[in-house]
Amino acid sequence: MATITIGIMNPPYESANTPTAFRMVDAAIRKGHDVNVFCYEGATALGYAGQKQHPNAVHGASIEEEDHPNPKEWIKALLAFANEKQVKLVWCNCGLCVDERGVENQIEGVCRGSPVDAWKYCERSDGVLLIGTE
Amino acid sequence: MSKYLLIQSKSPWESGDVAQFYALARELGKAGGEVTFFLVQNGVMSARTGAKDAAFDQLLGENVRLLADDFSLRERAIERGTLKPGVKPGAIDEVVDLLAAGAKALWH
Repeated sequence: MATITIGIMNPPYESANTPTAFRMVDAAIRKGHDVNVFCYEGATALGYAGQKQHPNAVHGASIEEEDHPNPKEWIKALLAFANEKQVKLVWCNCGLCVDERGVENQIEGVCRGSPVDAWKYCERSDGVLLIGTE
Repeated sequence: MSKYLLIQSKSPWESGDVAQFYALARELGKAGGEVTFFLVQNGVMSARTGAKDAAFDQLLGENVRLLADDFSLRERAIERGTLKPGVKPGAIDEVVDLLAAGAKALWH
């Protein structure tokens, strides 16, 4: 089995790049590969534990009815999936980017690193994909 | 032979760089590379029969494997039968397989 590193930069709720990246991680885990995800810049807010669901006043839907998905839940699900499949999923945030945004309160399982860690992940990987913002 | 994976996430109507990304794929193919060009998100819009994108059409028939993400096609109600000849629907698994096989990957 291979090791794949994926870099993400987009912040949550803004770009189709985010669900596409999540789909790639899901597919890689399903195939039994180890995956490193390095979140840079705005993507460090993907695992922010303070994300909250909201009702939809326009459609008169409650929080429960709306069931708005937050990316922190997708990350939790991916970490659980990796555990179930017994593959390694590292979800690492750029620490400086986290501090800049004040999103230190992350869900369990997300780690903190630096671009040096990103470089190490890439060096040890069979395949690398960086999904930039532009 | 080097393997390349180029992923196009934008349509040519939202970014002026898209045509250059097509050209890069074409040139890599001409140079003997094994190139997969994966259309995803709005990138699949050029693959519709009738879509006017001359730069994309230059890729058709070249030494480039053209895939359109099946999920992105479904999201946009684009049927498999309406794709330009030479473009096939593909799952995101294709991207993972190429990354696992060590393909050099670029996202645009």
